[in-house]
Amino acid sequence: MSDLIRRGATAPLSISSGAISADWSELRDWVALLKPRVMTLVVFTGLIGLLLAPGHIHPVLGTVAILCIALGAGAAGCINMWYDRDIDAVMRRTARRPIPAGRVEPGAALAFGITLSVLSVLMMGLATNAVAGAWLAGSILFYVFIYTMWLKRRTPQNIVIGGAAGAFPPVIGWAAVTGGVDVLPLILFAIVFTWTPPHFWSLSLWAHDDYARAGVPMLPVAAGARETRRQIMLYTLVLAPLGLLPVLMGQAGWVYGAYALSLGAGFLFHAWRVLTEPQDASGVSLVGDRAAKAAFRFSLLHLAGLFAAIALDHWLRAAGVLG
Amino acid sequence: MEPAQMSDDEAAAFVRRRRGRNIALLVVLVALVVIFYAITMAKLTSSVS
Repeated sequence: MSDLIRRGATAPLSISSGAISADWSELRDWVALLKPRVMTLVVFTGLIGLLLAPGHIHPVLGTVAILCIALGAGAAGCINMWYDRDIDAVMRRTARRPIPAGRVEPGAALAFGITLSVLSVLMMGLATNAVAGAWLAGSILFYVFIYTMWLKRRTPQNIVIGGAAGAFPPVIGWAAVTGGVDVLPLILFAIVFTWTPPHFWSLSLWAHDDYARAGVPMLPVAAGARETRRQIMLYTLVLAPLGLLPVLMGQAGWVYGAYALSLGAGFLFHAWRVLTEPQDASGVSLVGDRAAKAAFRFSLLHLAGLFAAIALDHWLRAAGVLG
Repeated sequence: MEPAQMSDDEAAAFVRRRRGRNIALLVVLVALVVIFYAITMAKLTSSVS
């Protein structure tokens, strides 16, 4: 390789590499390919699924399971960035990502994503069980093939169906401990699945121009902002009572119930504000999408709060504090 | 075909990037060794207990 480093047309460049410090900016780009912010929520919901599961898992194996969920999610995000590099380049929000900015070769990013996918699934299977490994593989394949390659550019329902990919982690965490799936992880799956559309559509209301420029049929582009506001309200109307399902099915107690009720009411309040904020005839905000931005921020708090509350409720009941 | 030519600054940047990449790869490999060792020990401990 050093043969390729030449100064001018003649003599090879001699560099005392010992005097040159390492450049870590490239490392930051590789980490950015894993969508670390998305990974945070995935790790959190996966961890809660693992902690709620009955039975025991060795702390080391539990830690490795969470690491595998994080790596798997990151790998899927990396392959997503590879596939979407053309539309990322024309969207302001994503144009500075490593591939469209030219800092990472597309082929190298794809190889990185595939390697991490295989590694995370194998390691999950090795550390826990084949069922958890299979769920992890399924979630990666779903995100890459169903959401990224099939749905995202074809239908405004992309995020509705594709949202399932982000709902897998609590199921994977549960399966890592038990080797199977039960009612509670499926309820958690349903909560994340129903939460994703109002969360993402809130974002897409103010990122509308980006999606339109890239030709991605997000709901505000395909059906307009007014319809998107209505859909956010409808999904939140389903989500709020769904948050109470663990209590109704005897899977959680009143501590969680109280949190779920207040968080659901909070999300409904924000969805109502999104629906009714000052807007023009087509539903475009006249106040800089303040309500949509607030709803987006609250949605993150809502999901994290629900999952933290169910874990807290579980521990309090297990410790006998709540009987 | 002539090999690609680099200025001094470009060559130095290339070496810095390569050094960063090599160190990162070393860290990843060591981490994998530690993780697989830890998995093995945890599995053994679990099965014994």
